[in-house]
Amino acid sequence: MASTGSRSAFWLGLSHGAPFVLVIVPFAVLFGVVGSEAGLNLAEVMGFSVLVIAGASQFAALQLMTDNAPTVIVLATALAVNLRMAMYSASLVPHLGAAPLWKRALIAYLLVDQSYTVGHARFEKHPELPLSEKITYYFGVVTPVFPLWYGFTLVGALVGKSIPPEYALDFALPITFLALVGPALRTLAHVAAAGVSVVLGLALAGLPYNSGLLVAALAAMATGAQVELWMERRVK
Amino acid sequence: MTQSAGEIWFIIAGLGIGTFLIRFSFLGLIGNRPLPPWVLRHLRYTPVAVLPALIAPLVLWPEAAGGQPDLPRIAAAFVTLATGMLSKNVILSIAGGAATLYLGLYLAG
Repeated sequence: MASTGSRSAFWLGLSHGAPFVLVIVPFAVLFGVVGSEAGLNLAEVMGFSVLVIAGASQFAALQLMTDNAPTVIVLATALAVNLRMAMYSASLVPHLGAAPLWKRALIAYLLVDQSYTVGHARFEKHPELPLSEKITYYFGVVTPVFPLWYGFTLVGALVGKSIPPEYALDFALPITFLALVGPALRTLAHVAAAGVSVVLGLALAGLPYNSGLLVAALAAMATGAQVELWMERRVK
Repeated sequence: MTQSAGEIWFIIAGLGIGTFLIRFSFLGLIGNRPLPPWVLRHLRYTPVAVLPALIAPLVLWPEAAGGQPDLPRIAAAFVTLATGMLSKNVILSIAGGAATLYLGLYLAG
């Protein structure tokens, strides 16, 4: 479908973003629950979801804070989880880079896995769409996602402390992360990176200040990149 | 958690600002210059490089089970990961893992 006008670009984006509600709602509730169980007050839990809006890194920060890791390690590790967004940012530039600065700032604030994946796919398929329609479409995609992310974090934070320990909520976090990692293991390089990450994460778990985690992550990134190179050479 | 309110807000603000700068990097500041291929190649693997190292000790040595390996938790982790790899569906994986965990905890008494 080519140019459809601004209004329908918004509705099209909205309809493409709607399925993510199924992922966002439980994930947001879980962050609210786990955050308040970990000892954060309501404002702090909401501060995370409004200022950071990146679930995986919020959970990572929360886990390290529970382990009483130093602030520097908490920040470095949680930011490492979000480094992939630099790649998202770069690949949206050809499509949205000409937008006014304040719109680019808003687009950046709302740049998450879901809005990137859907937006980028549409822009690559229809590069001829006018800038205004691309922007409107993007804002349509994020419209069902963000209010629900904030709102259901709040719901989770409010009910969090009333959930008894029999529900084994300690394990909600590992299960959520594993559910994110499973679908991401698309290639041998991804599997190799995850394997190195697990082995070094366990082997270095005793290092002071949770610093083993960062070492494991860097080694795993290098492994993934290297395996990707090998695979490409074998194909050639 | 033993951080003071000040430290907690420092972490929230630092993570919020840092994450925004990562998202804004190319859109806002660097513009239409391509990333070198070796950088892209590393960035692609950040989630699968960081998250497994974070989870592995929580799966094998869960604090709620006294830091000892615990069969229901290990089984739940395995089911979650396998479901995710096969179905590519995050919610289905969480549901499968949670069901396995509760069944395991129930059977373990």
